[in-house]
Formats: sequence, C-alpha cells, structure tokens
Amino acid sequence: MAVQTLVGAITSTLDQALAADKDIILLGEDIGVNGGVFRATDGLYAKHGEDRVVSTPLDETGIMGTAIGLAIAGMKSIPEIQFEGFLGPAYDQLVNHAARMRTRTRGAVTVPMTVRVPVGGGIHAPELHSDSPESIYVHSPGVKVVMPCTPYDAKGLLNSAIADPDPVIFFEPKRVYRTFKEEVPDEHYTIPIGEAKVVSEGEDLTLVTWGATVFQALEAIDNLPEDVSVELIDLRSIYPFDMDTIAESVRKTGRCVIAHEAPLTCGMGAEISARVMEECFLHLEAPVQRVAGFDTIMPYYKLENDYLPEAPRILQGIKECLAY
Amino acid sequence: MPHHTVFEAKIEHLQILDENGNLDKKLAKDTLNNDQVLYLYEQMRVCRALDDIAFKLQRSGRMGTYPQNKGQEANAVGSALAMTKGNDWIVPSYRENAALFMHGMPMHMVIQYWMGDERGSQFPADLNMTPLSVPIGTHMLHAVGIAWSMKQRKEADRAVITYFGDGATSEGDFHNAMNFASVMQVPTIFYCQNNSWAISLPFEKQMNSATVAQKAIAYDMPTIRVDGNDIFAVYKATQDARKRAIEGGGPSFIEGVTYRLADHTTADDASRYRDPKELDEWIERDPLIRTRKYMESVGIWDDKKQEELDTRAEKIVKEVIEAAISVPAPNKSDFFDYMYAELPEDLRKQRDTMRTTSIGQNPSQIGLKAQPQNA
Repeated sequence: MAVQTLVGAITSTLDQALAADKDIILLGEDIGVNGGVFRATDGLYAKHGEDRVVSTPLDETGIMGTAIGLAIAGMKSIPEIQFEGFLGPAYDQLVNHAARMRTRTRGAVTVPMTVRVPVGGGIHAPELHSDSPESIYVHSPGVKVVMPCTPYDAKGLLNSAIADPDPVIFFEPKRVYRTFKEEVPDEHYTIPIGEAKVVSEGEDLTLVTWGATVFQALEAIDNLPEDVSVELIDLRSIYPFDMDTIAESVRKTGRCVIAHEAPLTCGMGAEISARVMEECFLHLEAPVQRVAGFDTIMPYYKLENDYLPEAPRILQGIKECLAY
Repeated sequence: MPHHTVFEAKIEHLQILDENGNLDKKLAKDTLNNDQVLYLYEQMRVCRALDDIAFKLQRSGRMGTYPQNKGQEANAVGSALAMTKGNDWIVPSYRENAALFMHGMPMHMVIQYWMGDERGSQFPADLNMTPLSVPIGTHMLHAVGIAWSMKQRKEADRAVITYFGDGATSEGDFHNAMNFASVMQVPTIFYCQNNSWAISLPFEKQMNSATVAQKAIAYDMPTIRVDGNDIFAVYKATQDARKRAIEGGGPSFIEGVTYRLADHTTADDASRYRDPKELDEWIERDPLIRTRKYMESVGIWDDKKQEELDTRAEKIVKEVIEAAISVPAPNKSDFFDYMYAELPEDLRKQRDTMRTTSIGQNPSQIGLKAQPQNA
C-alpha cells in the first residue's frame, strides 16, 4: 500500500499496465524523456523504452488517428492529449472514426483505446487549458467517458478503461493532480465504469458532482448548519452514468443539486436533471438546481474562480433548493 | 558558402504499358507474367460490370448513392496484386473495390453496404481490412497506426497499403499521416489515385503543385508518379514500395495518374462542370482497352475469350446482386447491438422498447403493460 497523489496513482497504474501487457503502447506529446507536462508518465520511458512510451510529433490529430490504427491492429493504445483544449484537432478522429468503428462494422473492427486527457480549470493555466468538454463526448455515442477525482478511483477506473474493449476518454482533473494523497493498494484492482460513489450519506438533499468540483462540494457541505445532511454523489463515470444511485438518493431526499465546471446549457447537469424529473417526479420537493460554469468562454485565470462553481456558489444553491 | 542549395528534388514518372497496348519489355522485366495479366484483366472487367449494374440499380431506385470505380480499376488491381493477401492490410477509401475483392472481401458485401446496410462492413474474420471510409483523407492515419503495430511487434514481411484520391491530399489529416509515417518509419504505402477531380474541382484548383507525388518529398519519402491506367507500372511501383517497407525502409508514396470516367457518385452530374472532350480523351486511355490490346498482341486473347469473359462477368455480378438483395433485412435492434461490446443499461432500455420517453420505456407508470417492440 503506497500513499499517492492522483497523478502518482496514474503513473504507477500505467507502469503496471505496461509491465503486464506487451501490447500496451503510450503515445503523446512530451510523454517520453520529459515524462509529460504534468509528469504523469514520469520514469516510464526509462523503464519501458522509447518504443512503448512514445513522444510523438506535435499533432493531436496524428496521435488520435495512429492510436486508432494501433488499436484496430489489436494493440492497446493509450494516447495522451496534453490538455482538453487541444482535443479539437483530434475530435474528428475520435468521434467520426473511433466511436463509430464497432457499430459500422457490426463488431468486425474495434478500437480498444484509452484517451488520457487532463481537464478543467483552477490552476491558473493559459487560455484553452481549463475547459470541461465532457458533455460533448457524452453526446457522441460510441465512446465512454470517465472522470475520477481521487487517487484510489483513478487507479481503479484507469485499469477498467484499459481493459475496456471500446474507446474510453479518461479525464484527469488537473486541479487535484497533487492536492492530496491517499492510500492506493499496490495490487491490480478495477472500479466498474458506470458506477457512482456515495461520498457522504445524507437525508435532506442530494448533491451530484464530479471531478475537481467534488472538493468544492465537500467545502460547501462543511459550511452548512449542522442539522442539514446532504448526500454527496461523485458521478466518476460520465457515460455510462449511474442514474440508479442518483434516483435512489433523490427519492430519499426529495431535493437535488447538480454541480459541474462545464457550461450550464446542455451540460451533463441538464441530462441528469431531466432524468431526475423522469424517475423521481413524485418525490421532488423542489426544482432540480444546477450550479455550473456559465454559458461563456472559460475566462483566463484572473476571473476563473468567478466562472467556476466554487464552494460558496454551491452552498448558495443548496440553501436555495432547501428553502423552496 | 553563405548562399547555397541544401536540397534538390525530382519526380520520376513510370509507364510500362502505353495507351496503344505497347509494352516496354525492359521495364516490364520481373513484373507481371501472362497469367497475372489475364487475372488482373478479369478482375477489372468484373469490377466494371459491377459498376454498370450498380448504376442501373441506383437509377431504378433499388440502391442509394454509389461511387463508380470506372476508369480507375488498374490502380486497384495492380497494387492489390503486389500486396500479400491475408497478411498485409488494406485501408481503403471507396474507389478501389477490386483491391478489396482480390484480398477476400465478398463482392456482395460492398453492394450490401451501399444499399444502406452496415452489415456489409461486417467482414469475415481474418480479413485484414478497415471499412470503406466516407470522410475524405482521415483514414490514412489508421494505416499508419496499423503499420506501426507491425513495426512494434517486429512482424517482418508485413505492410499496409492505403488508398485515397487527389482531393484527399488537401486535407490536414493526409499531412498528419505522412509525417507520422515518416517520423516513425513504418511500413505504409500511400497510394493516391489522382483522377483529376475532387467532385467538381479540377486538379489545378485543388493544389498549385505540378504533381501529387512531390508532396511526399517534404516527408523525405520515396515517391513516384505512375501511369495509373497501366497495370504493369502500378504493380511495379507497389512491388518496389512493399519491398522497401518490409526491409525496414519505411513508407513510400505512389501517385497513380488516372481518370474518373463516371460521375463522382450516382448523385453527381459531371456534365455540369467537365468538358466532354476531356472525357473522350480519357476514354481512349481506358485501362481495359489497353490491357486487351496488349493481350491480343501477345496472342493470349481474342474476341471469343472476350465474349466468354463478358458473359462470365455478367453472371458473376448478377449473382452478387442477388446475394446482396437476398440478405434478410436487419433487426431493428441492429443499430443498437454493436454500439459497445456490452450495452449500457439506458441503451438497453431504448433498444428493448424502441422508445425514448420514460413513460414509453416504463408504461406501468400510467397503469399500462409494457409491450415488447423489438423484432
């Protein structure tokens, strides 16, 4: 059992995966000798060799397209896109090829690929380094989308993603890469894709969130009066997502707040809200509330905390929902 | 020397069989023997017959949009013969049917596909092929990735060929693929069927380059322009490229200069933008005509054999169309069933009920019994 950060858990999981399966290949910008801009592949090049931890040309389209080809040929490719803002050039490959391949060949050609992508804001990064595009890919049938926010979950979900026979986007909330450590078992384990985690149990309101916002949610809950109990759900898997856990909770609490960094409109909060209305209609005591990023461009870092659903805004949303 | 030349380049052109069926015997040495020529001619003839019948099916409303291969068949057959069936990979666009057939794709599946049924791309096991690629120029990267896996696994004697048109070389992904292949030195053969037109845009308005082949020079890739209607030149260039690839020489580029004798697809009308005189000139350079002339000149072909082949080709494509038409219609659930290896619960509900409304998916909420919709 080692005490690790989230990024440390990712590194050690990749290390174990490379050691266990000769067909695994990592490719991306600066991931080799430099260990990646966030050091997520630190030391893997030296240990596993330059032909398995490959620094590619600066070309997201090429990384995604060749990762698809590698996977079609039966390898397990794990491309890294340096920041979520640079998924744009790779979008066509990911959505028009990887996501469609199994269904358009009725299973004859498949793309078992795990796309690692640092995601989200809060680290004073340059423009286009702080977005939260997860719902774009949820709206693209054929891929799976996960976003763990703890070292333990990162290892379990990364192992599941690597073993998955379909393309999985593995979003890594960069704001919590190094904020805390926890014990992570040395041995291989998995967390099934599609299972949410109840972080804390409660009776009065269900708070659903994921990624770095989980920690803003915990801070908001800490600032509630002691007689209010909130059930906090970390979604972890964005698609497929665990509606059963959410619905069970909302049927118990009667109130639901959803918080995410991505823009409000057509964000995952909209989908979850619709599903809560469908599945918990007679149990709802208040309209579902969404605390989200605004429908604006994610601002450069002087104003990023005004954009993000930070703890005070989540706290306000909880209080308003409880007061309804 | 403050100002001097650091790099010079040239593009070579190869033609072995000319428009009149005359063979350059010296260049033809170690290329195709007579049996191979007969085989390739038959492949081209059958492919042409399939085009003709597909066109008629579309016009009579029994098939959707179909892109004819007419006039370009020599590129597909000559290159496909130089690749090893069941060993090498083919990463196609959609105008090289004969190459797919020669490497084991059942012919009726291509027709089934263009009849709107994705099961036409449900290849038999062990067919080393990716499906026809509809978006232009984005599939070449997959060929590079597949070739990369061969290098990674040290699979000597394997290579990948990918086909695309002149139009595709304007796309960014073409250059991404060329650069990756070059940097990684993987066994990929880039085969450009330069048919002069990107739907309605002529070659000279697509690029300001004299050749497509020269684009490979930027990636330090061996490159050649060949007469794409000459099965000998196409075969020779592909054979050389494959030899280089399996010997660790990395990727190669071949530009086959050819011509689309048909419209872009059955949804297109080339008379809106193309001078009929140009078409007439290229009809004379038809690969079937010159191959036949050559075969007759060396005494391995005559009118009787041509009649027999025409009859055989008609019979083959008739059976192919019948096979495609007689495939039972897919289940409604077919478009759900292969979305993921294991269907997520919400998709399962959608599939089983063919409904997206929550009450439709669970009618017991309004006191109704659920009715299975899926058949």
